Amino acid sequence: MIGKTIGGKAIAKFNFGRGFCLKGLALTQALLALLLLGRAAYCQGDQPKSIKISFVTFLSGPAAGPFGVPARNGAELVVKALNEGTMPAPYNGSKGIGGRQIEWKFFDEAGGPQQQVAQYRQLVEREHSDVIIGYISSGDCKALAPVAEELKTLTIYFDCGTPVIFEDVDLNPHYVFRTGPHIAMDEVAVGRYTLAVAPNLKTIAAINQNYDYGQEAWKLFSAVMETLKPEVKFPVVQFPKLFAGQYGADISAMLTAQPDVVFSSFWGGDLEAFILQGNARGLFKNRLLVLSAGEPAMYRLATQIPDGTIMCARGPHGVFAPSNELNRWFRKAYHDTYGIWPVYASYKIAMAILGVKTAYEKAASAAGRTPTTDEIINALAFSKWETPSGEVELALANGHQAIQANAVGRFKYDPQKKEPEIVDIKYYPARCVNPPPGVKSIDWIKSGFKGAQCD
Amino acid sequence: MLTVLSIVLDGLVYSSWLFIVSVGLTLVYGVMRIVNVAHGSFYALGAYLMASAAGYYFARGLPPAGVYVLIPLAAALIGLSVGLTLERGLLRFFYGRKEIVLVLVTYAVFLILEDVIKLVWGVDPYYAADPYRLLGTVDIGGLPYAVYDLCLIGAAGALGALLWWGLNRARLGRLLVAVIHDREMSVAMGVNVTPIFAATFVLGAALGALGGALTAPEISVVPGVGAEVIVLAFAVVVTGGLGSIAGAGLGALIVGLARAAVIHLVPSIELFVVYVVMAAVLALRPQGLFAAAAVRKI
Repeated sequence: MIGKTIGGKAIAKFNFGRGFCLKGLALTQALLALLLLGRAAYCQGDQPKSIKISFVTFLSGPAAGPFGVPARNGAELVVKALNEGTMPAPYNGSKGIGGRQIEWKFFDEAGGPQQQVAQYRQLVEREHSDVIIGYISSGDCKALAPVAEELKTLTIYFDCGTPVIFEDVDLNPHYVFRTGPHIAMDEVAVGRYTLAVAPNLKTIAAINQNYDYGQEAWKLFSAVMETLKPEVKFPVVQFPKLFAGQYGADISAMLTAQPDVVFSSFWGGDLEAFILQGNARGLFKNRLLVLSAGEPAMYRLATQIPDGTIMCARGPHGVFAPSNELNRWFRKAYHDTYGIWPVYASYKIAMAILGVKTAYEKAASAAGRTPTTDEIINALAFSKWETPSGEVELALANGHQAIQANAVGRFKYDPQKKEPEIVDIKYYPARCVNPPPGVKSIDWIKSGFKGAQCD
Repeated sequence: MLTVLSIVLDGLVYSSWLFIVSVGLTLVYGVMRIVNVAHGSFYALGAYLMASAAGYYFARGLPPAGVYVLIPLAAALIGLSVGLTLERGLLRFFYGRKEIVLVLVTYAVFLILEDVIKLVWGVDPYYAADPYRLLGTVDIGGLPYAVYDLCLIGAAGALGALLWWGLNRARLGRLLVAVIHDREMSVAMGVNVTPIFAATFVLGAALGALGGALTAPEISVVPGVGAEVIVLAFAVVVTGGLGSIAGAGLGALIVGLARAAVIHLVPSIELFVVYVVMAAVLALRPQGLFAAAAVRKI
């Protein structure tokens, strides 16, 4: 039973709760007294009917197509399957979450951090969400972490990439978790793979979007390169405006520098425009292209992406996912329902939902009753669970930040099948490409990956 | 030397694109005194229509060279349908109101059209790169340039020349200039302003859509593409002087060359170079480069 007060105002909250059970006048009076004191109280008696999960992803704007809508589809698929009890093991034990049906709503992430903070408050105070799962934009995640801690609501970031969330912004997280690994893992794996493919490379030109994610991606990737191969030079490093769309001058600058490798953490329409324009001008001819977040574009731009492009799915998702029962079910069900293959955002939101289910059921089992939010948080911290993209472990930031194995491969278009594929896939263990607990990603990379377990 | 050549060529290509996407905005302001925020939506509609039409065209196996005809067709269709509907169905009821009211009205239209686009095309990106690739590349100073990009320079030049001829030599254009210069006096001299306003808005909308249709083959058309463009176009026309077509040309040229130079020489400041140019110009000439100081009537 949890009551809570924010700024002297009572916040009604389900707390994985149940309907009010007002038994008699005395209890009513006691409740009123508590409310007057600025506290809301809830009863433990009746079996709750549903758990309210609010999902926040981009439903409009440029990030909706590559990430937001695939994430929404993935969430819808998993939630429906859990409610119907049709998911494969180990999630076939009870329907919904701990026998409670999941009641879900989707909300748009568009509008920027300020709007998201306002919407987040509504999700807590008006929607009475038990859990909020969402957020693709690193900027939104940074802005929301302190708000989530203040409003004391279990919040699961499923995607946003910047490592600073728990390294600089929210140093003692309690209510905030990130079930998707941050981008240090991507840049370390992609960097190691690039050097394995092209051990003699001398120069790298880079183009990244000028916002949190793009800046962090380049900071980490360039640090990996400087650590593993200090003689590598970066003659051109471009940071165009997010959604710029026009890269003629950037491409000219790269062509002038004649680098061995072109690196980009671009995504969505920017990535597609860059590939279309770079391809037309021969930027990728006889040159290695490295796309650290390229996987969502591999089907859409199948005939445009150069063969041999090094590509990552920000974790072992999509075509990189392991061949297990959960993944076979997920891919088939997703394709049957939506007519396309799931991309990494679909996988990552599935990971978040399954993490909540696992923790809730573990906490309920230990408590022998409906668990409180704190009991669920304690069960979730440092936990491990199975997902369609393999095992996830909340190992960093006091058990609030996930790590996972990562996979990198090379793009290849099969003209016979008219389908793209990823070949030469290499898997990296989670503790090979993620920093140890208590160490900032950039410091760990610059230390020469001290403590990395790659064997 | 190669860098200088690249800066000039890249700058010219980008300037041409900027001019095409912003000239409709300045034309509408010059004649109607409307800062048309919905200009970005016309751009987006042109881009989506072109991407869809080009996809359909190639799926039918029609002759590849004919695809370029779709660009002016898409622009004309958007201008005559959406542009005319908006002007006759909505904007004319707000004429005579303060400029800020028209800004709010066109902003509302922009938001509505954004959702209309989402309803029609969804949120998935569209691309139709064939018209961009078909023209191939040409080697200039050792650097390959897409011929399509270079054609943009020609298209912008032709558009500028056509507008100059239309405004200075054609009857309708001279009437437009008269209205731009002094609306009240034009009415007093017997000019029927209503069809001029309608024609101007249709032309402005078509020019916005033309910008989108020309850009569609080299980008991925995504939701929100219009919002990005309206900010940039506004910066260009304010730099050149709101309402001045020559100003839009010069503004686009300065901004385009400055951006190209920065990308080649100091890429870290690319993000705000457009606005640095705008701020510098406005600090020296608050009315922009070409706009004449407003005449105060007594």
